[in-house]
Amino acid sequence: MPSFVINEKCDGCKAQDRTACQYICPNDLMILDKDKNKAYNRAVDMCWECYSCVKICPTQAIEVRGYADFMPLGASVQPMRSTDAIMWAVKFRNQKVKRFKFPIRTTPEGTIDPAAGFSTGTDNLKDTHLRTEPGSLGTRP
Amino acid sequence: MNNFETIQIETDLLILGGGMAACGAAFEAAHWAKQHNMRVTLVDKAAMERSGAVAMGLSAINLYLGLKNGKNTVEDYVNYVKTDLMGIARDDLVANIARHVDSSVHLFEKWGLPIWKDDEGNYVNEGRWQIMIHGESYKNIVSEAAKNALKELGNNGQYIERVFITEPIMNGDRCVGAAGFSVRENKFYIFKAKAVLDVMGGAVHVFRPRSVGEGLGRSWYPPFNSGASAYFTLKSGAEMTCQEVRFVPVRFKDSYGPVGAWFLLFKAKATNAKGEDYMVTRASELEKWAPYGTAKPTPANLRNYLMMLEVEAGNGPIYMKTDDAIKEIVANIPDEKEAKRKLKELESEAWEDFLDMTISQALNWAAHNISPEEMPSEIAACEPYFISSHSGASGAWISGPEDLAPADKFWGYSNMTTVKGLFAAGDASGASSHKFSSGSFTEGRIAAKSALAFCSDNPDPVVVGDAHIEELKQRILQPLVTFEEHKDYANDADVNPNFIKPRMFMFRLQKIMDEYAGGTSVGFKTSKALLEKGLEFLQYMKEDAEKLAASDLNELMRCWENVHRMWQAESHIRTILFREETRWPGYYFRTDFPEMKEEWKCFANCKWDPETGTWEMLKREIEEI
Repeated sequence: MPSFVINEKCDGCKAQDRTACQYICPNDLMILDKDKNKAYNRAVDMCWECYSCVKICPTQAIEVRGYADFMPLGASVQPMRSTDAIMWAVKFRNQKVKRFKFPIRTTPEGTIDPAAGFSTGTDNLKDTHLRTEPGSLGTRP
Repeated sequence: MNNFETIQIETDLLILGGGMAACGAAFEAAHWAKQHNMRVTLVDKAAMERSGAVAMGLSAINLYLGLKNGKNTVEDYVNYVKTDLMGIARDDLVANIARHVDSSVHLFEKWGLPIWKDDEGNYVNEGRWQIMIHGESYKNIVSEAAKNALKELGNNGQYIERVFITEPIMNGDRCVGAAGFSVRENKFYIFKAKAVLDVMGGAVHVFRPRSVGEGLGRSWYPPFNSGASAYFTLKSGAEMTCQEVRFVPVRFKDSYGPVGAWFLLFKAKATNAKGEDYMVTRASELEKWAPYGTAKPTPANLRNYLMMLEVEAGNGPIYMKTDDAIKEIVANIPDEKEAKRKLKELESEAWEDFLDMTISQALNWAAHNISPEEMPSEIAACEPYFISSHSGASGAWISGPEDLAPADKFWGYSNMTTVKGLFAAGDASGASSHKFSSGSFTEGRIAAKSALAFCSDNPDPVVVGDAHIEELKQRILQPLVTFEEHKDYANDADVNPNFIKPRMFMFRLQKIMDEYAGGTSVGFKTSKALLEKGLEFLQYMKEDAEKLAASDLNELMRCWENVHRMWQAESHIRTILFREETRWPGYYFRTDFPEMKEEWKCFANCKWDPETGTWEMLKREIEEI
């Protein structure tokens, strides 16, 4: 189910150094056609359809069309991701539509404190306790 | 090549990779490096926010013991893992991860990962070891914690994205760094480090996938995990273990959606086309594989095997009875209103399971008008993968922790390979299966702390000679030169007798592995004669690898990814050949040695010697601790 770019909606991320989809694709597939100022997927058969590009696109210009070698046409799955939840619209080939909403995160983006308030019980590099242990194990009150 | 700038970066700990194990390593290393004034550098070939196997998200954390509630013991987990792997696992390594993993999961929750809770506020278990999560942003959250941890180090901490690592840098018997290149600009990178941690994931696309059109990319494990870990340790001369222990997952057919929630949470059954539950009708087959076959739960590879026997007998399609499972749950609720509410809840949970981690499967259901509560869905065995964090086991042979490892399995630093200064974790370390996302993160933590102890004991700066750097640069960038030299000879950029492009190189490898090393098209069966033929064809490939050609940086990365896959393939064939028995019949079947043998209840290890270019095969003992 490779991703594709809708010409009308893609603005090439307004000619910044890199497009959002190019930044995020874990397989380095999304690329900007500088002449047309549109992004495209350069190797659709290497696409894992992880939807990272779909979720990050600021103009919702990227969608996915099911792998043509085993999926009948006519269905779509499209997300709308906010900072704390994701909404999905699942459209069936027979036109039935299902919508789902799931939480994705309980803290505001960018605010993570790595140690999460736990102290580390040793300063010895050769001790078996890891950072934040034993507190983070929760086995002691 | 002259237009490639050489960037040199010096660090104490070098973390290669950006996935779960790498993020665990960065989180842990930052703390200890700050205390001991050391530098940490992480290099990722993609963007950490969505890189590695958890890029898409996950719907469950498959390893959580619940030690704080006394739910399980570390020993329980070790026994479970060892049985699932037909007796082949390192107790010391599995126990080391298990005793720390809950701490990682508690941190994930504090960082913002939504974990399902029951009415009493306890985690909701999917199975005994698995807990359910709303995990669409699992990797975003974990990578944010890793990046923030590196920030705590100020100028001593950094992460570099979109740099592809391909070669270890050796100084005698010690690994002192890594070489690679940017996939975005003409820059060649040399990293010099006192300790190197290899956490670059497992290997996909070594075997021919079932779908070879657009669906080629819909591998169960991600196509961007291309064997970099195994290549790196093999090339440095490190001993490898369990290179024969591939993983063949049984998943929803074609889109490879997860089956865990269906089998464990919803208690669904799988049947043949006649509606027969092959786990019941073929139960006697399991006795042949005792004591593992008769243990509960039945090992993953044996569940696969019974299904493969059904397929071979022509009894397919094989179905996951999603409809029956849901009907049964709802039927047990007497109140009609409550039953309706439950049905809606189950439906949402079923779809989230796919939408969190294998969106393609949701699309596949929608494309085929499948409502899981109304009709069953087909399942099938996927092509083989190399992933020691799941139910495979291939990876580097590493030192255990001092307090748990038997004497012959401890050499100074936990998670150090047999090469000085080179550490491994996650899919890069072997014989410690079932770590999954949380265990890989945890093993990254263990390895990073241990690697910093090595740095602290070996404080002298490492030296890499200029001639060595030039030689590496020339070798790594050669595919670009080869293309430039010959591209004008023919009128097709890909068809030219002077070189081979990485795409066809990959297809050639996949064809060899599929047909000779027991891929899907031959029903996972192989033999000495077939393996030797495959090895012969691999030698031609190794020669032709010198003629790989790349027209740009993206293709240069593809060239090296496929060289990495080829090395993973060779170590796999050699180790299957070495182990003269069949131990995991649902992963591969040796037709010339169809039974499990007591004399092979041991680790089958291999080592490539960088000096002589020869392979050595070794048996290593299994100990109980």
